[in-house]
Amino acid sequence: MENYAVFVPRLVTKKENFAPGHRACIGCGEALAVRLACKALGQNVIIANATGCIEIISSQLPYTSWRIPWIHTLFENTAAVASGIESGLKIQMKKGRMAQQEIRIIAIAGDGGTSDIGLQALSGALERGHNFLYICFDNEAYMNTGVQRSSATPFGASTTTSPAGKVSIGQVTWKKNMPAIAAAHDIPYVATACPSYPFDLMAKVAKGAAAPGPAYIHILSPCPTGWRFATDLPVKIGRLAVETGIFPLYEVENGTYRLNLDFSKLRPVVDYMKLQGRFRHLSEDVINEIQQRVDAEYTKLKERAS
Amino acid sequence: MATKMGIEVSVAIGEAVRLANADVIAAYPITPQTHIVEHLAELVANGELDAQYIPVESEHSAMSACLGASAVGARTFTATAGQGLELMHEVLYVASSMRLPVIMTVANRALSAPLSVWGDHSDVMAVRDTGWIQIFTENGQEVVDNVLCAFRIGEDRRVLLPVMIHLDGFHLSHVIEPILFPEQSEVDRFIPPNQYPLPLDPNKPVAMGDFGPPNIYFETKWAQEINLEAAKEVILQCWDDFGNTIQRYYSPVECYHSEDAKVLLLTMGSFSETAMTAIDKMRGDGREVGLIRLRLWRPFPFEEIRQAVRNAEVLIVLDRALSFGGPGGPVCSEVKSALYGDDKRPKVIGFVGGLGGRDITPAGFEEIINRGIEISRRGSTREFEIFGVRE
Repeated sequence: MENYAVFVPRLVTKKENFAPGHRACIGCGEALAVRLACKALGQNVIIANATGCIEIISSQLPYTSWRIPWIHTLFENTAAVASGIESGLKIQMKKGRMAQQEIRIIAIAGDGGTSDIGLQALSGALERGHNFLYICFDNEAYMNTGVQRSSATPFGASTTTSPAGKVSIGQVTWKKNMPAIAAAHDIPYVATACPSYPFDLMAKVAKGAAAPGPAYIHILSPCPTGWRFATDLPVKIGRLAVETGIFPLYEVENGTYRLNLDFSKLRPVVDYMKLQGRFRHLSEDVINEIQQRVDAEYTKLKERAS
Repeated sequence: MATKMGIEVSVAIGEAVRLANADVIAAYPITPQTHIVEHLAELVANGELDAQYIPVESEHSAMSACLGASAVGARTFTATAGQGLELMHEVLYVASSMRLPVIMTVANRALSAPLSVWGDHSDVMAVRDTGWIQIFTENGQEVVDNVLCAFRIGEDRRVLLPVMIHLDGFHLSHVIEPILFPEQSEVDRFIPPNQYPLPLDPNKPVAMGDFGPPNIYFETKWAQEINLEAAKEVILQCWDDFGNTIQRYYSPVECYHSEDAKVLLLTMGSFSETAMTAIDKMRGDGREVGLIRLRLWRPFPFEEIRQAVRNAEVLIVLDRALSFGGPGGPVCSEVKSALYGDDKRPKVIGFVGGLGGRDITPAGFEEIINRGIEISRRGSTREFEIFGVRE
């Protein structure tokens, strides 16, 4: 990966299709991830965006940050809107009413829009085999509405609807495994990515967009506001998520798992957690429980990828 | 030359959509509209309609997929009923607000609970204010004609709004009727190709569906209202042209023996034809009664309604939906508000009947009219009357 990092910057476009001037919080990992994804996607795309952080920070009338065609309708239906776009383009090209061209359809949503309210529409679109790429920008809670828990919020995190209290550790459920759910649809391409690894992220987005059929990419997007860490830390936090094994980078191509970054020894989870206010209340026992779970999950993933 | 065929109304709708050469159909099965989307699936499977058929996993996704298809300029159709229309609810507002001309037939159905697959207008009334053009039909021919008109109206550059064609579930969707189909060449002349002015296109990027803060939201809504009101002119023109080329004429409010009638009944949907039979009989008995059929539900034809009932003394309005805790039937309360400002107006008596597929026979309509006349004379303590229910 080091060599890759030396040469690839020359190949990355300077063009910003996700224009600056938007309203994201300082240090937003998600805006960074969207910017990188747009670099990888180029001009010939149509974006369908679910309600969420990215939608509200990029689109306040009469302004827009989008230099590529973009549509937002509702919260839970983005995969269905993408289905309609794909079908609408396909038939018009077939009937000769539109020039034959490769237009990539990209659906983007947050973790709530994906793993909670939008899961049915996503599953339907993956099952029907529409040729589109779905990217989940996962900041692990409903940040846009004020840090409420979602099914993607990690165990032990304190949010406004899973607050840590005298008798609660905060979130008491384990993070829903969305990439595994996507992979269970037997689609050609599933991957995880993180903007802390920009070249890996861009390569995966390009690969997902070119996949022959539905593709799903799950991008961990560190959120200083909701995770409560300093605004200069999102890239470091993202790296720690990967290096601790909490968010491993992997791909599932036609059912075959591949770990993109393997570590002979993972860093302890506490290195990642201690920098974030949302985990500050956790006892050593709970952190040990999380460590055991992360180790076990990582081992399972390694076995699948071997 | 038109072709005449004995055909189930739902299947006939599929044929009308084929004649209109729809590009994308997104559909989810729900009784009593299933035969419409089944026939369309068959037409696509046999290559008789060159369209993308998206068998979505819910009505919410059906309408959402229609939004996407329409936003790239495709001619888009779906059908639903009852609970399906309710599940689409929030998406319906987006279709009209984003000016996406999706065309939909609704086989009107009662709402749960208790579960009922049978017809009434509860589903329509719940989506009354969604900003769609809404047209009611009374028989299979009217459905077919108005589905064809809907594509031309909705996609008209001056309109660009979604259109709902209402037909009563079972009473209309499942009957076999002789229906005249215009020739393909006639339809091609009548419905110009869909040329959506600003589709999603990488060569000319647009952003659709941005969020609207308080300093701009209200203006967007007012523009939408002006647009829907202005659509009426295009609807009237379309019906005129349809009449001139295909020789069947439609208008927002249709009158039957109403000119000299002292007592008028107002209905919407397939019950109108049964009501006509009752009017014929009562006229034969020398009674001065007539019928007003409301066809254009949105935009509401205020002036036409006022003109149609001006000379009557009593107007009896039958609703097939109940506004719980409110004024009874939504149609009656809208008609009342349309007439309130007029000095010369009939006494309006509201009836609610025919819920959940309960039939009203010609004798039933006679009874409604007689009861209405009696109440107009002696008054009533009730806000509205109920017909055909065991109390």
